Amino acid sequence: MAQHSENSEKIPAQTKEIWRTFWILLGITALEFLIAFTVDADHYKWTKVGIFIILTIVKAYFIVAIFMHLGSEVKALIWTVVLPCIFVVWLVVALIVEGGYIGLERLFFN
Amino acid sequence: MASANTSTTAEHLFWKGGVQPMKVGYGKLMMWIFLLSDTFTFSALLISYGLVRYSFPTFEGLRKNFEFSTTWWPIPERVFEAVPFLHGISAPLVFVGIMTFILIMSSVTMVLAVEAGHRRDKADVEKYMLWTILGGFAFLSSQAWEWGHFIHGTEEGLTLANGVKVFGANLVQNQYGPPAFADFFFFITGFHGTHVLSGVVLNVLIFYNTANGVYEKRGHYDMVEKVGLYWHFVDLVWVFVFTFFYLV
Repeated sequence: MAQHSENSEKIPAQTKEIWRTFWILLGITALEFLIAFTVDADHYKWTKVGIFIILTIVKAYFIVAIFMHLGSEVKALIWTVVLPCIFVVWLVVALIVEGGYIGLERLFFN
Repeated sequence: MASANTSTTAEHLFWKGGVQPMKVGYGKLMMWIFLLSDTFTFSALLISYGLVRYSFPTFEGLRKNFEFSTTWWPIPERVFEAVPFLHGISAPLVFVGIMTFILIMSSVTMVLAVEAGHRRDKADVEKYMLWTILGGFAFLSSQAWEWGHFIHGTEEGLTLANGVKVFGANLVQNQYGPPAFADFFFFITGFHGTHVLSGVVLNVLIFYNTANGVYEKRGHYDMVEKVGLYWHFVDLVWVFVFTFFYLV
């Protein structure tokens, strides 16, 4: 009986959370544009960069946790994915600093 | 009887059921592992961009006085300020904004297709898969236009120190800045675009199978979910490319 009613009646779609996430993502992107055009880049360049990086990570969180459903998986899977990504941060910092030194070398030896 | 068990595979290697590792299906788990490896590839590309970018000097003066030169790294919003059909109008980042919106929107229709798959609603899965495919094509066409504009450059071009005029960008010369800037642009957005293209192909396959009732017969729409993961990943990468290539 249960099987029968499941097939004949349409289950209502549960899209509330999906659309909520959509509006959050759209809102953050709009905010990024607002900051890009209104905040004076000559004086607040690194503040802007910092805000952009934070907002990007917030966006990434919503895409991965809600759209990709990682938030509702078991802890072991969450850490399997998140932990290696955290180590990438080290590489980002290390190589960008390194880039600065390469630039200095170029300045001195040219 | 005993010989059948011990013939090729050792007894302890058989997995005898129970809850699957990490409580996800094999395909989905492998998709996550693949996406993790893809994350490393894209990280490597974006980090190399960061390294080369900070090895070049930045423009010293105020931003309103900014000029293009092959000595310093360009300010991205000065490079990407063209919009189709609005020739000669400076609209920094507007077109990339539209592309970002298209990709976020197609991610939403994808997750709606996955949700419809959970309900085993064939018509809804088909509808949302079609929208997702459309979004993918819209994004790819936008990128093609953007590449075309970047390759052809502006009418003024850039005059180098030796008097040679350079128009547009390719792998060896670049009117907007050091050639490395163009190289990274082509490599990073190109690699991402290739991912979008393969995503569209996979989405078409999923749509085809859904329309033919393959998943209905199978009893579940797990394939929609697996391909959905890949599609969201493509969107995720774009979020990072957008920030680190266009905004910062």
